[in-house]
Amino acid sequence: MMGSYKGKGMGNEDYSGIWVFAEQRNGQIKNVAYELLGRARELADALGVELSAVCFGHEVDDVNGLIAHGVDKIYLVDSAELGDNQEDLLTQQLVELVQQHRPEILLAGATALGRAFIPRVAAALPTGLSADCTDLDIDADKRLLLQTKPTFGGNILAVITCPEARPQMATVRPHVFSLHETDGSRKGEIIKVDFKRERYTSRTKLVEFVAEVAETVKIEEADVIVAGGRGLEKAENFEMIQELASVMGGAVGATRVAVDEGWLAYPHQIGQTGKTVCPRLYIAVGISGALQHVVGMQTSECIVAINDDPHAPIFEVATYGIVGDLFQVVPLLIEKLKKR
Amino acid sequence: MNVVVCLKQVPGTTQVKIDPETNTLIRQGIENIINPFDTYAIEEGVRLRERFGGKVTAISMGPPQAETALKEAISLGADEGILLSDPAFAGADTWATSCTLFMALRKLEKYDLIICGRQTLDGDTGQVGPQLAEMLALPFIAYVSQIEEVADGEMRVRRMVEDGYEIMESSLPTVLTVVKEINTPRLPSLRGIARSKSASIPVWGVEELNADPDKVGLSGSFTRVVRIFSPQRVCRGEIFQGDVEDQVDCLISRLKDDGFL
Ligand SMILES: Cc1cc2nc3c(=O)[nH]c(=O)nc-3n(C[C@H](O)[C@H](O)[C@H](O)COP(=O)(O)OP(=O)(O)OC[C@H]3O[C@@H](n4cnc5c(N)ncnc54)[C@H](O)[C@@H]3O)c2cc1C
Ligand SMILES: Nc1ncnc2c1ncn2[C@@H]1O[C@H](COP(=O)(O)O)[C@@H](O)[C@H]1O
Repeated sequence: MMGSYKGKGMGNEDYSGIWVFAEQRNGQIKNVAYELLGRARELADALGVELSAVCFGHEVDDVNGLIAHGVDKIYLVDSAELGDNQEDLLTQQLVELVQQHRPEILLAGATALGRAFIPRVAAALPTGLSADCTDLDIDADKRLLLQTKPTFGGNILAVITCPEARPQMATVRPHVFSLHETDGSRKGEIIKVDFKRERYTSRTKLVEFVAEVAETVKIEEADVIVAGGRGLEKAENFEMIQELASVMGGAVGATRVAVDEGWLAYPHQIGQTGKTVCPRLYIAVGISGALQHVVGMQTSECIVAINDDPHAPIFEVATYGIVGDLFQVVPLLIEKLKKR
Repeated sequence: MNVVVCLKQVPGTTQVKIDPETNTLIRQGIENIINPFDTYAIEEGVRLRERFGGKVTAISMGPPQAETALKEAISLGADEGILLSDPAFAGADTWATSCTLFMALRKLEKYDLIICGRQTLDGDTGQVGPQLAEMLALPFIAYVSQIEEVADGEMRVRRMVEDGYEIMESSLPTVLTVVKEINTPRLPSLRGIARSKSASIPVWGVEELNADPDKVGLSGSFTRVVRIFSPQRVCRGEIFQGDVEDQVDCLISRLKDDGFL
């Protein structure tokens, strides 16, 4: 499986253009793809190259819409067998397309899927890959992608490059780039790629998918998250958090304490051993702001803290803070928001 | 059933600081531990051996002191440990790490399963498992939260995805990465501690692996770290004053100005 060897064969000048893997699930292109395209368009302009999207799936909605997000070309591979994102097929098909068309940069969302199969694509090509980046830039002189990624649970940031091998690859954390305005007048081209199933092998089999988090909004994708901690005291009080979240059109998060107490299910836990989220607005209620929690939410655009202890560390990362009893503040906030 | 568990020794804290002069991480005075996610991999390997027999081999690439981590794995139930250590392995990125592990696995005789952790504390990439699987041309399943069945050279597992879980099947050998939901790691047993004390850990370097020096360590790495720094927390924080009513009004008006409402 190990591909040709680094430094041999093609020169870097044979590689051109930026590709973004446009991940779909159930026929819908994920938001992270649009976020990536916004930033990738800027990077492509800085390099003076084309921007392409690669989309694998079956009867995916609004593939054309990618053009309005800044794409020049779309490589579309449509097949019933690609609908459920079988990673083996995705890996082999993407490797083949990259070898054929030679983009200099390949980006994908750092989603469960992206983080599972993109490393295999990089290994097979082979080339370098950095995981879960929170920023991307271009060194225009050297034509290098500067990939910023957190390590040590977000306490250290590292800037990584891939100086020799091509493409330069990165997975990027959802929500770090905001959506750009779309331009419906843009022109672009859809290139339909034939899926030659017989050329590929699938070594694993998906038997069944079971949906679990019965939330209207998934926390990784939510624009607004209202999170509660030990200050809530018991499970019933989370109803208040739930209500605030629904008034704001958001999802509910929790600290590990709240999850360990059984007030909320594990998928809601945010932090080092839970989920990393990056919503536009994060409202922390009765949460002290322990480092292990903060690393999972500190990149949120706006953080509101409600806590009765003025020295709670959560205020160090908060954009706005209310020092007060949450049992007074939250009901009043809900009431006033509802009246608006 | 022979299980190989890949584990890494990492600093036991995420509160690391950067030396402003050398611009490198200050590692002194920090105790090293087994990467927390890898302890679930060890435990799962040991449980499989308890059910099906065979052995658990813990394998780690790292500096000589990583021997401690392998001995700890033995105290937790692993049968043997192998340390991949050589000055030439230093500075490896995930590709070079995977490649070194790949060469070690090539040398091992028969194994049915390779288990990796979800990700490391210091690298935070989660790439080594999938990359190793690709190099070995083996089936790969990420985020496994339960091994449901192993029989007749096949396995069925449950793995977490964003909105639920998937039941997956594959034939053995397979490479898995596991999440913390899969089990609760046991504490070292007295017998295990005694075994780990007397265990000798073979060290495999470039020579033993018959490795191409161009494929390991820094020279085998495609990526370069050009800079490390501590994130700046922009503290534009504003604490509202007044009684509860004023504070709540203030918050609502700010959220409105910022376009959240
Ligand atoms: C290896 C490791 C991994 C961890 N991973 C995670 C993780 O992923 N996620 C996570 O969240 N934690 C994690 N933790 C735990 C973390 O260290 C903290 O213990 C936890 O985040 C604290 O949760 P909390 O803020 O809910 O509770 P506390 O720290 O107890 O804070 C409760 C806060 O509520 C305030 N409060 C109480 N009553 C009121 C009231 N009436 N009105 C207003 N405010 C009130 C208090 O002033 C206090 O600040 C981890 C710990 C370890 C060691
Ligand atoms: N140096 C190493 N030696 C052995 N296993 C490793 C090493 N680095 C990573 N791994 C394995 O790969 C997993 C993912 O690591 P990473 O890609 O660094 O986040 C870890 O949880 C380990 O199981």
